[in-house]
Amino acid sequence: MIRRKLERRDFLKISVAASGGLLIGIRFPGISGLAVAQSSAAQPASANTFMPNAFVRIGTDERVTVIVNHSEMGQGVYTSLPMLLADELDADWSKVGFEPAPVDPKYNHPAFGIQMTGGSSSVYSGLQQFREAGAAARAMLIAAAAQQWNVAASDCRTESGAVLNGARKLTYGQLASAAAKLTPPEHVQLKDPKDFKLIGKPIKRLDTPEKLNGSAVFGIDVKLPGMLTAVIARPPIFGAKMKSFDDSRARSMPGVRKIVAIPAGVAVIADTFWQAKTAREALRVDWDEGSMQNFNTSEMMHQFRERAKSPGSSVRKDGDFDAAMAAAARKVEAVYEVPYLSHLMMEPLNCAVDLRADSCEVWTGSQFQTIDRANAAKIAGLPPEKVQLHTTFLGGGFGRRANPQSDFVVEAVYVAKAAGAPVKVLWTREDDMQGGWYRPAFLHAIEGGVDAGGNAVSWRSRLVGQSIMSGTPFGAAFMKGKDYDPASVEGVDDLPYEIPNLTVESHQAEINVPVQWLRSVGHSHTAFATECFMDELAGAAGKDPYRFRRGLLQKHPRHLGVLDLAAQKAGWDKPLPKGMGRGIAVHFAFESYSAHVAEVSVEDGNIRVHRMVCAIDCGQYVNPGIIAAQTEGGAIFGASAALFQELTFEKGRLQQTNFNSFPVMRMNECPQIETYLVDNHEKSGGIGEPGVPCAAPAIANAVFAVTGKRIRKLPIRMSEAV
Amino acid sequence: MIGFSVNGKRVDLEVDPSTPLLWVIREQLGLTGTKYGCGMAQCGACTVHINGEAVRSCVTPVSRVDGKFVTTIEGLSPDLSNPLQRAWLEEDVPQCGYCQSGQLMSAAVLLREKPAPTDEDIDEAMTGNICRCGTYPRIRRAIHRAAEMAAKGGAR
Repeated sequence: MIRRKLERRDFLKISVAASGGLLIGIRFPGISGLAVAQSSAAQPASANTFMPNAFVRIGTDERVTVIVNHSEMGQGVYTSLPMLLADELDADWSKVGFEPAPVDPKYNHPAFGIQMTGGSSSVYSGLQQFREAGAAARAMLIAAAAQQWNVAASDCRTESGAVLNGARKLTYGQLASAAAKLTPPEHVQLKDPKDFKLIGKPIKRLDTPEKLNGSAVFGIDVKLPGMLTAVIARPPIFGAKMKSFDDSRARSMPGVRKIVAIPAGVAVIADTFWQAKTAREALRVDWDEGSMQNFNTSEMMHQFRERAKSPGSSVRKDGDFDAAMAAAARKVEAVYEVPYLSHLMMEPLNCAVDLRADSCEVWTGSQFQTIDRANAAKIAGLPPEKVQLHTTFLGGGFGRRANPQSDFVVEAVYVAKAAGAPVKVLWTREDDMQGGWYRPAFLHAIEGGVDAGGNAVSWRSRLVGQSIMSGTPFGAAFMKGKDYDPASVEGVDDLPYEIPNLTVESHQAEINVPVQWLRSVGHSHTAFATECFMDELAGAAGKDPYRFRRGLLQKHPRHLGVLDLAAQKAGWDKPLPKGMGRGIAVHFAFESYSAHVAEVSVEDGNIRVHRMVCAIDCGQYVNPGIIAAQTEGGAIFGASAALFQELTFEKGRLQQTNFNSFPVMRMNECPQIETYLVDNHEKSGGIGEPGVPCAAPAIANAVFAVTGKRIRKLPIRMSEAV
Repeated sequence: MIGFSVNGKRVDLEVDPSTPLLWVIREQLGLTGTKYGCGMAQCGACTVHINGEAVRSCVTPVSRVDGKFVTTIEGLSPDLSNPLQRAWLEEDVPQCGYCQSGQLMSAAVLLREKPAPTDEDIDEAMTGNICRCGTYPRIRRAIHRAAEMAAKGGAR
């Protein structure tokens, strides 16, 4: 079998290997050739600081501040990236702190060419960058000490925030002023990994203390002098347009300052949130409901099913599926469905703006700084360098705060224009859930066959769903020369199993529901469909699901590694108590390999997940504590979707509004989760998303093991099992 | 005029009595550690103590705390010395951190009522607090650890 290469992955690999030397050419309207004008760098070096490069500042007070160009949304970048720099610097870890980077091309993602956080790529794309920044600073501190002592730099060594020569010692703080006068080296020597003091260790997160006493500042917590608060009445149906509004009651309510139409809807601006929200309830808006007023998700799925009966755009074609299928001894057909999903960050969307005649300051939890700043500038009528975007802590991101249109930033700038004062736009939970940009719903129609010997000989996947990339600036870069969206088919287009006749086809559905990447993107549904179907094929072959996979992964040692590890730690062959079953799944995503074994019971149609054993291979790793946390969190995120979550539309209106209709796994439902990390020297992969995809298929396969019923639709409902 | 104590300090406010306590705490008093998540007592991010009981401040009209004692996350301990905060540090619990104020405030009431909680006690006390990042396994471990710390160190 010829392994087709995925363009994006190669991009990342090449770019990261080139240490930021290569950019992919994503063109964003309004951002000319990515050469955005230089703006304020992170607080510049003063007489008391040494700032050898954009990523570190060392003060005479010994503080080492690492400037982090990725957003902290829980995934630990304010710790793992400083670890990389501090290790090469030989810093005293107790003196290391972090600071969010301002928006500046210096802080662009080395592979994507814009400042952003996504694709589980922060650590592996920053590996070289942060290590080199630390090593350069260290070389300059050594040079400063050597000069002072009049010795050769090679006779000096460093340890825990100080340069040493024999019995002599100068701390980095003592050397900061002298080092600041030196020229940064052109080449630096990086440490031999065996000398790492921080990298590879479960170092405690730097941002924990402020998250335990209420002092961490999220976007929602930003307070500006004279700030007003606004809520927006948004269309009840996607694509609906405001015809008129009646604010005769609302505008005289306490605290209300202004009620104004903006492109996103009608903004109610008041002194406080509660006043704004109360006044919005008294507002009457007349909408032209537009073309989506009869949209129903059940009907949509029916259409998807029909569409999957005809061939789609060819994504992959190995061998001859039709001929192999005709000759197969046993055939299996299954159609899998997954719904629209909401990111549902704990912190609902918000954005604070202080717009002046010649400046604009924006505070928000952004995953897309370059784009958000450019879009804010357009609305403000200012050049991007006049717009400052302050990245706060993100109360969860999961992709929602990386919106190609900067929806939550743009509308806030419109509101600021009308408010004439600093203003924060706050979304209620209902606004957030109903505001769109969901994980698209998908249908996978899969057919497969095994020969008389129980060998898998044929597989055809046909996918139907909306494209995330299409129509966005990313589409132009990632869909170049393709008539399908790689984000729709990722995880099935590179199916690793050695099946000689394998076809993947994609149908793009055009529906006016805004969709966006949600944690693990296409993998969130492709892993469910493919790994459940693997179990169905194993059933047709009369083989154990784990061993059936093993047999087809012989040329894929890293898949095999995590699969074996999960199976072994879970005790795959050990019998379970009656009424319990095990399921397994393996998947590659975001440069990392993951396998889960789930143990479930089903009683009166209620599924309980008792235990999840997760194996993860992300190559050379930085912080195993954070990796375990992300893997556990990913499993819970995936399990929540598998067991509970579904967005549905009736007559164009979303039926879900809050946590009661779109539940999240809670403490009493949370299984015991074990994470096992593969120790190797392979290239580093991502960790924020790879823990998600295997959860749903492992649970669904376990449900089959205990009930004999196949799960082909998420969320899992026993009434719909077949 | 509504008067109550917040973290040991008396406050008197001119405010619409139907306003949820959450927004008074966050906007009038500037204590932003208490978070908004759902507005309907579904997620627990807004949990505070009223006279020592864990309450969802997003559905509690401020009129209901007149003359009462309110404790927010800022009042749990000024210096992270509370056994729960120490245990949360040792278990490296938070990810995004947004729900953790509410988690800690719920756990504080649990430990006061049940100094050596079982897993079932933890389920019961903590199920009203959602964490979208999935820190539940670590919260569970941290609560057990805090209970051990408190038992060893006595009342702090």
